[in-house]
Amino acid sequence: MSDILKLVVCIKQVPAVSELPWDAATGTLKRDLAEGMINPACKHALEAALQLKERHGGRIVVFTMGPPMAEEVLREAMAMGADQGVLLTDRAMAGADTSVTSFTLARAVAGVCPDFDLVMCGNRTIDSETAQVGPQLAEELKIPGAANVHQLTLSGKILRLERLSDNFLETLEMDLPGLVTISTREYFPRYVSMEGIQDTFDKGTILSLGAKDLGLDINLLGSKASPTRILDVYSPTAKKNNVVLKGSPKKIVEELFTRFGDKIGGVIRKDIKKADT
Amino acid sequence: MAGKKERSIWVFGDYRDYFENRVTLQLLSRANELAGKIKATVAAVVFGNNVDEWVGEYIAHGARKVYVIEDPALQDYSMETYSILMERLARKHEPEIILVGATTFGREFAPKVAKKLGTGLTADCVGLDINKEGLLVQMAPSFGGNLLAEIVTPVHRPQMSTVRPGTFQEIPHDNQAAGDVIRVPLPRDLPKDRLRVISAKRWEQTGQRLEDAKVVVCGGRGMGSRAKYKKLFELAELLGGEVGATRPVVYSKWVDEEALVGQAGKQVAPEVLFSFGVSGAIQHTAALSEADFIIAVNKNANAAMMKMADVAIVADAGQLCTALIRELKDRIRH
Ligand SMILES: Cc1cc2nc3c(=O)[nH]c(=O)nc-3n(C[C@H](O)[C@H](O)[C@H](O)COP(=O)(O)OP(=O)(O)OC[C@H]3O[C@@H](n4cnc5c(N)ncnc54)[C@H](O)[C@@H]3O)c2cc1C
Ligand SMILES: Nc1ncnc2c1ncn2[C@@H]1O[C@H](COP(=O)(O)O)[C@@H](O)[C@H]1O
Repeated sequence: MSDILKLVVCIKQVPAVSELPWDAATGTLKRDLAEGMINPACKHALEAALQLKERHGGRIVVFTMGPPMAEEVLREAMAMGADQGVLLTDRAMAGADTSVTSFTLARAVAGVCPDFDLVMCGNRTIDSETAQVGPQLAEELKIPGAANVHQLTLSGKILRLERLSDNFLETLEMDLPGLVTISTREYFPRYVSMEGIQDTFDKGTILSLGAKDLGLDINLLGSKASPTRILDVYSPTAKKNNVVLKGSPKKIVEELFTRFGDKIGGVIRKDIKKADT
Repeated sequence: MAGKKERSIWVFGDYRDYFENRVTLQLLSRANELAGKIKATVAAVVFGNNVDEWVGEYIAHGARKVYVIEDPALQDYSMETYSILMERLARKHEPEIILVGATTFGREFAPKVAKKLGTGLTADCVGLDINKEGLLVQMAPSFGGNLLAEIVTPVHRPQMSTVRPGTFQEIPHDNQAAGDVIRVPLPRDLPKDRLRVISAKRWEQTGQRLEDAKVVVCGGRGMGSRAKYKKLFELAELLGGEVGATRPVVYSKWVDEEALVGQAGKQVAPEVLFSFGVSGAIQHTAALSEADFIIAVNKNANAAMMKMADVAIVADAGQLCTALIRELKDRIRH
């Protein structure tokens, strides 16, 4: 085994649109219409990987599971400095919940980079927002995992990390190989130009793998294999029973304090319910 | 469901930040309501050292049974050990449902337990119910709260959810309540921890950051001008909060980029969010999913931001900000 640092970063493409292309008739999201971008926390994870590589040397392999267009985020990651992109794409993989997503990613990582030192994920995605894939991927790979990390220092095979967890600032030590999920608190991603992304087309090819290439039974993949089922999706804003206040600013403000003074006062820990009369 | 076994709903006892976070008690309350519909008993599960205080609290707040694993080795919240202990207990007693508070710890712990048990898990639920088939229906937000999904776990057991704090109301403390305490010894064959806590300090906020603020005052293009936007700082100071901005505001240089809230900026999680003159584009609202209570001001009652608000104020943003500052000064001086 060589002693070069081997980093795996899992990134997801998420829609970047000003309006959700929401199909009210079918009650589904028209994902194929949306323009894609790298999920923010995944980009922070990649930045953290790049900084580790700058310090210690090494190699970064970026994985994404998604439709063929997800190749775009791998190109962007390579323009930022990743060495290799791996696209997991197959109809059979569609609709996977976090349990099956982490299973699929784990089999791919184990197949392509079995001797990794550290797997890095975003702490959560802005579309599904589960924050579950990272911890579950650590379980699948049978390695220790730590979520919501905002600082990493590596010495040998031990990773020291810092994170905020429920009003506690924790410093932890992890034996490698391991997995971290990175929050968006630190590691602000570097900028890449469009030309930089263009250049990656000359630089390297992207490894594209389907279920067959990974030797995976399609019955273990996608929505079919997922323990959870989505019964219904709707837009809660349409159903939300909000209170509407109108009138002169002074009247509105008085009404706001009469009705919600307790709520607001409780949060700021001041009694603001009664006006000084 | 194993034949003779009693059906049960478990709630993970997350007590580390007890006085700030009552989610365990809130879940015990909802678990009692759900239990009525599927004829189940409600149990809490507690790991740690010197946990009697919590055991008593859980019984007083609706647990009919408490499983306790108590040992000095469990002093710190250990992700690896706690998830193994939960897996083993669940394999033995086969609960129908496990509910975990969506604390930072819970949102890492529950996915590990679900994976070990080979079952499904729904994240950060904002509603739970039982449907006609007797399944747990879990309401989970996505896309920054712009969408809500109803999710079930039809076949795999237990059915598991993490639930956002504040979703349910706790049952008042009942001194008379009785419950069985089942003490389970710490297994001797636990693997060595590969993740060690070096220190865990209560985090003192010095110079609070936008992402941690309990009150956030966010302004958009509808504030009209740099001068008016600056008034938001005065309002935020009165409320002990921080100021955020949308992208046009940052582009117009009314404020530094650090204030940007959205997919290209910061995620916020305030207990109260004031939003002034913000249209509510998804790139902005994606970062608001953890805002508990939203007060939006917009001259357009139909703006997306107004629809996701708890209180939607139809008014000029600048004028309303001024009125709010004046009124708060009056009330706080007292
Ligand atoms: C890839 C990408 C990433 C992006 N990332 C972000 C991001 O991180 N954060 C972000 O904020 N945006 C982001 N955007 C931009 C986003 O799409 C919106 O354009 C932006 O959030 C709109 O800001 P706004 O609500 O302040 O302005 P506008 O959309 O112009 O809305 C102004 C609102 O103010 C109201 N208004 C006007 N005058 C008044 C008045 N006198 N009193 C009261 N209300 C008034 C109007 O009715 C309107 O609703 C991103 C866009 C893209 C494409
Ligand atoms: N389809 C995917 N492909 C690659 N990585 C993913 C995928 N889905 C989730 N992840 C990783 O898991 C993290 C958390 O995602 P989530 O659990 O969806 O909030 C992301 O930031 C990614 O690092």
